[in-house]
Amino acid sequence: MSATDSTEHTRRDFLYVATGVAGAVGAAGVAWPFIDQMQPDASTRALASIQVDVSGVEPGMSLTVKWRGRPVFIRNRTEKEIEEARAVALEDLKDPVARNANIPADAPATDIDRSAGEGKENWLVMVGVCTHLGCVPLGQAGDFGGWFCPCHGSHYDTAGRIRKGPAPENLAVPTFEFVSDTVIQVG
Amino acid sequence: MSAGHSTYTPKSGLGRWMDARLPLPRLVYDSFVAYPVPRNLNYAYTFGGILTLMLVAQIVTGIVLAMHYAANTEVAFNSVEKIMRDVNSGWLIRYLHSNGASMFFIAVYVHIFRGLYYGSYKAPRELLWILGCIIYLLMMATAFMGYVLPWGQMSFWGATVITGFFTAIPVVGDWIQQLLLGGFAVDNPTLNRFFSLHYLLPFMIAGVVVLHVWALHVTGQTNPTGIEVKQKTDTVAFTPYATVKDAFAMVVFLALFAYFVFYIPNFLGHPDNYIEADALKTPAHIVPEWYFLPFYAILRAITFNIGPIDSKLGGVLAMFGAIAVLFVVPWLDTSKVRSAVYRPWYKLFFWLFVINAIFLGWLGSRPAEGVYVAMAQGATLYYFAFFIVIMPVLGLVETPRRLPNSITEAVLEKKSAGVPATEQAKG
Repeated sequence: MSATDSTEHTRRDFLYVATGVAGAVGAAGVAWPFIDQMQPDASTRALASIQVDVSGVEPGMSLTVKWRGRPVFIRNRTEKEIEEARAVALEDLKDPVARNANIPADAPATDIDRSAGEGKENWLVMVGVCTHLGCVPLGQAGDFGGWFCPCHGSHYDTAGRIRKGPAPENLAVPTFEFVSDTVIQVG
Repeated sequence: MSAGHSTYTPKSGLGRWMDARLPLPRLVYDSFVAYPVPRNLNYAYTFGGILTLMLVAQIVTGIVLAMHYAANTEVAFNSVEKIMRDVNSGWLIRYLHSNGASMFFIAVYVHIFRGLYYGSYKAPRELLWILGCIIYLLMMATAFMGYVLPWGQMSFWGATVITGFFTAIPVVGDWIQQLLLGGFAVDNPTLNRFFSLHYLLPFMIAGVVVLHVWALHVTGQTNPTGIEVKQKTDTVAFTPYATVKDAFAMVVFLALFAYFVFYIPNFLGHPDNYIEADALKTPAHIVPEWYFLPFYAILRAITFNIGPIDSKLGGVLAMFGAIAVLFVVPWLDTSKVRSAVYRPWYKLFFWLFVINAIFLGWLGSRPAEGVYVAMAQGATLYYFAFFIVIMPVLGLVETPRRLPNSITEAVLEKKSAGVPATEQAKG
């Protein structure tokens, strides 16, 4: 083999490539655990569901519970609030999608789809985190009598739908179910 | 640091022994004693030294605070109060650290504006400028994470809002936010990692500062005329001239620092941060520390959708863009003349930019409603127009004033102004 002939494949070339590939794979393999450790740990993920007794929540009352480190609003709405939310035409909504984890993702943001469903439409369960930058909105405030975020001025209506301000989406409805008539399981 | 013209001659036997093995004294002598600096540097050029001092001060006070602080949500807030009340001189060290951050930013803003005014970023100093921008970015990350550590209401909600920026990124945004937080909301894992990184980043800043100073010593300093050093009479030795001038400026700056620490230690802070973090209650007005306010105003100015980009992503892009644009300033400014001293139009637009930046800061402290939104939109427009439109266009259309032939000539012209010609001849 001559030193100037670079087209010929030698055992040395093979060693270069093999070492390079082993190094790249090794570096990626080592990097992953260092990224992975930053993701939510097992104890955080274990808090994935909670049960809440709502027997004492009369119409017009709300309950705020902590789920996955964030507030969840549980509201027993009054007749007036339900009627107000039902009177809104879908085309007046900034976000026309229900954002309800319990029904198909493309369901429209009608009042029934935002609530706990047929027969339970007085119950509204939502993650109490503004979809703009994560502040906690204030209840029964703002221009639409629903929720108002004091941070950057987002207004939500009585079904938790965004109506005005910088927030892009309706307040999220988490996965939940009534495990009995008076107990809600969130998550 | 540039090799080849070292004038160091070790005087003692130990000096010669050292020089043959590890020529560190030679490096220090060549870089900070014999190193030639332009003879016409004014006090605006002392802020590099002040910034170095502030970095050291923040690291020293920070290391001491870390001996008394506990990064756990159960005890963090109380451990800071313990530092204030129980730890001997703890109140002083904490106030030095928290006000020191503000002083650090005051100095860095003067330093950046100095660079923009005298065209310090122009060839061959582009890398020097970019390294400076990287230091500024690292400073912002460090300050943000440091502000979370006391675990007050502003700490918590500031962290919530700022990590919330990342959720604006399509597809991977939520994953990135969870990666930063270590959970679904700001909580103990967040506090732990922020403390770890807050301790790490200042040392990374120190590393980039070394590169920044290295690059500076390769190209040499600029000066108020913007003319390169041409002859020996254009310069003076770093020591004693620059050393003493820098030291004097540091003393004055430290006097201002001490005034804040001893008389108005909470003036630049927010009272809500003396309320412990509560995940279920957002304060009425969330405002960042004063040094982030202009960018906060830009974030909130984008209230409208731009094509496929919704207002939330648009605001985040504008805010990051406001910093990113600094990196390309060396290529946006098309003028051959460096210093604003000889650029009458640039000088005007520069001062408008400074006023506009302060105005944006004030707007950032106001609620985002009514007339403030429109004002923030106007000010944001000027912020970007200054870089993207005014800088490139001015270089092409502006007629600069006559430049002196050398730094020496500029200095002598200034000194002899109003002195009879015969006197000038003697000088």
